Amino acid sequence: HHFAGLSDVSISGDIPVEGEINVPVGTPSQDKEYSTLDEPVKDTILRDLKAVGKKFVHVMYPKKSSALLRDWDLWGPLLLCVTLALMLQGGSVDSKEDGGPQFAEVFVIIWFGSVIITLNSKLLGGTISFFQSLCVLGYCIMPLTVAMVVCRLVLLGGSWGFSFIVRLIVVTASFSWSTFASTAFLADCQPPNRKALVVYPVFLFYFVIGWMILTFSPSA
Amino acid sequence: MASPDDLKFQEFEEATDLLLADPGASTLSMSGSSSTAPAGATGDIKLDMSDDEGQEESSELLRGEKQTSGFWTFEYYQSFFNVDTMQVLDRVKGSVMPLPGRNFIKHTLQSSPDLYGPFWICVTLVFSLAISGNLSTFLNSLGSPHYHYRPQFHRVTIAAVVIFLYAWLVPLGIWGFLTWRQREERQQSGYSFLETVCLYGYSLFIYIPTSVLWILPFEWLQWLLILVAMVISGSVLVLTFWPVVRDDTKVTAYATVATIVVLHALLSIGCKMYFFQTATLTQVTTLAPNHTAAILPSKTH
Repeated sequence: HHFAGLSDVSISGDIPVEGEINVPVGTPSQDKEYSTLDEPVKDTILRDLKAVGKKFVHVMYPKKSSALLRDWDLWGPLLLCVTLALMLQGGSVDSKEDGGPQFAEVFVIIWFGSVIITLNSKLLGGTISFFQSLCVLGYCIMPLTVAMVVCRLVLLGGSWGFSFIVRLIVVTASFSWSTFASTAFLADCQPPNRKALVVYPVFLFYFVIGWMILTFSPSA
Repeated sequence: MASPDDLKFQEFEEATDLLLADPGASTLSMSGSSSTAPAGATGDIKLDMSDDEGQEESSELLRGEKQTSGFWTFEYYQSFFNVDTMQVLDRVKGSVMPLPGRNFIKHTLQSSPDLYGPFWICVTLVFSLAISGNLSTFLNSLGSPHYHYRPQFHRVTIAAVVIFLYAWLVPLGIWGFLTWRQREERQQSGYSFLETVCLYGYSLFIYIPTSVLWILPFEWLQWLLILVAMVISGSVLVLTFWPVVRDDTKVTAYATVATIVVLHALLSIGCKMYFFQTATLTQVTTLAPNHTAAILPSKTH
């Protein structure tokens, strides 16, 4: 090609500029952070369910894991709370006065109790965030929910005697497990000479829930 | 060469200027006096390192005396939870061991009240009352075959309302009354609202083991326990309030102390009567009269 010098170039308005302009509209498979708006609903639900399930496993084997703390979510606690409150219904409902806890009472105790324990640990100088603590406390109710299922099954075979001993052992074991699991997650975020002050309310919280489970008596 | 006095005066001015500019700076102080030794070289030069701590201490004291953050900030409430495990245990111990002359607020709290103790003691007391009451009702009615176990969960709500009202309203009333009298009589000492709440909260601690022991179904034991708990907890309250009240007129002083004791007694007796009903009462309410004849033979088996 013969390169004409600059002097030959005349800048006028009608030099056509040709070419292609590509704005990279990333397809989900190409971009690093993909938008979850386009994926099928099944994928979204499955992903959240898998995250919740992974956290359940972490509660059952409470090693020091960051999944509960870093990727907190409140679906698991809500699921557990509703399950537990529903299973605590259907008790001796012949007298509303003397019966077991109502659905609303269980709900309030679990959520209000978790909020108060979280506030308590933050006021004492803890470094855990509000929702992380709610998440840990809620997920650690899982052993108690399992105990509730076992208790209801055992109650099918009678209320007293051997069934009571079995229920007592199961509830005691699961409440200790819950306290131990949640302490494993929460205790590291506290100043060292206040650990007992933070652990005691957690112990009280799971003790009361365990008491509600143990005293569940089916209608005659 | 300037005379020693001029030198000293100049240094003092310079020092104040420097301190005004930077209050946190460490300062050197010369401890020699002008009359004895010649100023300067042979005087004692003490490196006063305590100034740093002194300034920190005084600023902390200031922080303690006046609230610098408003009540809508988190730090305001954090200041009420500034206790360690050992401190809470010491305060609990102080509330069950009243010694004459030992003012709970001045001696054990050392005028730094906390809200952790009162709050969690009240919560524990609520649940211990409800659970022990439920257990005692159950044990008392074990003999009757018509008895069907009920969890009686509504008692938790009732216990919570009663205990928390007592723990907040009674200190409010006492504090209000004492502050009003103090302003009228121009007295010096008085307790802040938080100190009163803290005192009342810790004084309720003795009722936690008492409520657990109330499960044992011996009437004389239950009344004995009430007496012991009242004496211990009441004397903690009286010993703390007496130094404030004794400067007042005799009538007011005795009336105030009597009111405190009576309210405390009402609380314990009321809780005992409501949550721990005796065996005879429950049997009368749950059994129909014409079943007693059938029940009696079965009980003797």
